[in-house]
Amino acid sequence: MFKNKDKYLSVILVSPSILAILIFVYGFIAWSIRVSLSKWKGLNPDFTWAGFENYVNLFYDPRFHIDIRNTVIFTLVFVLGSLILGFLMAVMLDQGLRGEGFFRSIFLFPMAISYIVTGVVWRWLMNPAEGSRMSGLNLLFTSLNLDFLVNEWYTTPYWGIAAIALAAIWQMSGYTMALYLAGLRAVPGELREAARIDGASEVEIYRRIILPILTPVTLGVLIILGHTSLKVFDLIIAVAGKQLSLDVPAIYMWQTTFDGLFYARGAAIGILLLISVAVLIIPYIRYTTKMETEL
Amino acid sequence: MSRLNLRKNWLYIPLIGLTIFYLIPMYLILVTGFKSFDEIDLQTMWQLPQGIAFDNYIEAYNQLAPYLKNSFKLVIPAALISSILGSINGFVLSKWKFRGADIIFPFILFGMFIPYQSIIIPLVQFMSAAGLTGLWGLGIAHIIYGLPITTLTFRNYYASLPQELLEAAKIDGASMLGIYRHILLPISIPSFVVVLIWQFTSAWNDFLFAVILTGNTEWPITVALNNMAGSQIISWNVQMAGSLIAALPTLLVYIFLGRYFLRGLMAGSLKG
Repeated sequence: MFKNKDKYLSVILVSPSILAILIFVYGFIAWSIRVSLSKWKGLNPDFTWAGFENYVNLFYDPRFHIDIRNTVIFTLVFVLGSLILGFLMAVMLDQGLRGEGFFRSIFLFPMAISYIVTGVVWRWLMNPAEGSRMSGLNLLFTSLNLDFLVNEWYTTPYWGIAAIALAAIWQMSGYTMALYLAGLRAVPGELREAARIDGASEVEIYRRIILPILTPVTLGVLIILGHTSLKVFDLIIAVAGKQLSLDVPAIYMWQTTFDGLFYARGAAIGILLLISVAVLIIPYIRYTTKMETEL
Repeated sequence: MSRLNLRKNWLYIPLIGLTIFYLIPMYLILVTGFKSFDEIDLQTMWQLPQGIAFDNYIEAYNQLAPYLKNSFKLVIPAALISSILGSINGFVLSKWKFRGADIIFPFILFGMFIPYQSIIIPLVQFMSAAGLTGLWGLGIAHIIYGLPITTLTFRNYYASLPQELLEAAKIDGASMLGIYRHILLPISIPSFVVVLIWQFTSAWNDFLFAVILTGNTEWPITVALNNMAGSQIISWNVQMAGSLIAALPTLLVYIFLGRYFLRGLMAGSLKG
């Protein structure tokens, strides 16, 4: 069908990109795995075989336990919060109200900002200082006579990471809204009309007809948000710096590798992160690319 | 119909409440930024400024200017190069497929989701062995790890174009590169805008690669801002002004090209 010359040319054109991804993604992952199975500690590479020692050590490492606990709390608060808020915003904006475009732009603008900027601002909003040094949202709550809302934010013992999740919800719920809004727009209008004629209430229509149709969107949102929360890093650094109480795997990896020079351990954390992300993402990629070939 | 709309008007209450939630940080940034140095007091942080002063912005700009320049120097070429490569890849992988093209594509996609902690140790070693330290290495990292999403966006766009468009040109004897250059490239401008905006925004906002691959003279704005915020000597009002300066380029892009920004977001979730 094609001229042979063009067939080779097409391979030549994409090969630099494919080669780059082969090296920088797959080659580097393999290299990281090798480092994670070594005894490398200190500035000079040391590839002495250590087997799964680094992984086993993490399993018993109290700091890693804190990381997992924090990741679980963060994921629950962030994913559920963004999902519910994003869905409700999409439903409200799908009612054909005036000013829809305005609200949509407002809800989505944090996506254009870096986690660092978000973190720097929320660090002041969530300032935990008390008494005469009180500031940020706590100060606002007090002046509005909403004292019961005053809290220690990210310095709350055990649950502090949930405050970071709040800032992340601020940043990402608009994105969730946009995905749901696109899904809602694709629901045929006749379907709603038919249900209305059958006497279904608006709430019933959403619960029984629209939500089931949106299942693929919900699944996509869950996977995107879920894998984002496994990778959370910059936002925590910008709000609170490196604090053990707010530690997550991504920060532990960074600190232990580049501050502590425990390269082998850092690589093991990186690979564990990769595996947890891959469990979510690989089925998702297979699902979306399969859908495409069936169309 | 109008009665139904009237009934829906109560929705403005939660919508306005949410608007306040999303704008509170911006309010704080703006009012703090425009206060003069004498007005800066944590007790009055929510009050409007008494006049318009630029002290904070001047101070923040003086401190951040070199890093702002680094970011521009880094992000613009990186966004351009990865977009051009993505366009070529997308063309080949949708309209000029070789055997195995469909098998390779999901493997390219996976690269946009990986946690970079899993490749950062080899990346640092590779870059320093290749002598690509600082902004050069960082730029190359942004180009390569940007390839999956740029390829995806262009591939989806080209795949949506009818095959007849190409067939006619082929019969007329156009070569592959001729078809790309004279038929596809001219109609790809909107996709280029989407991809360029996406790459500009994500490279501008990146922190992890930047903090690990660059030293203190080559920091981009995110790393400089984070260090400014962590320092005890720089007061919070200057940090707020600095936040606005760091966010302004991507915010302006969002304000003026929001439609394209949204399309990039959608592509990032594999939703075309």
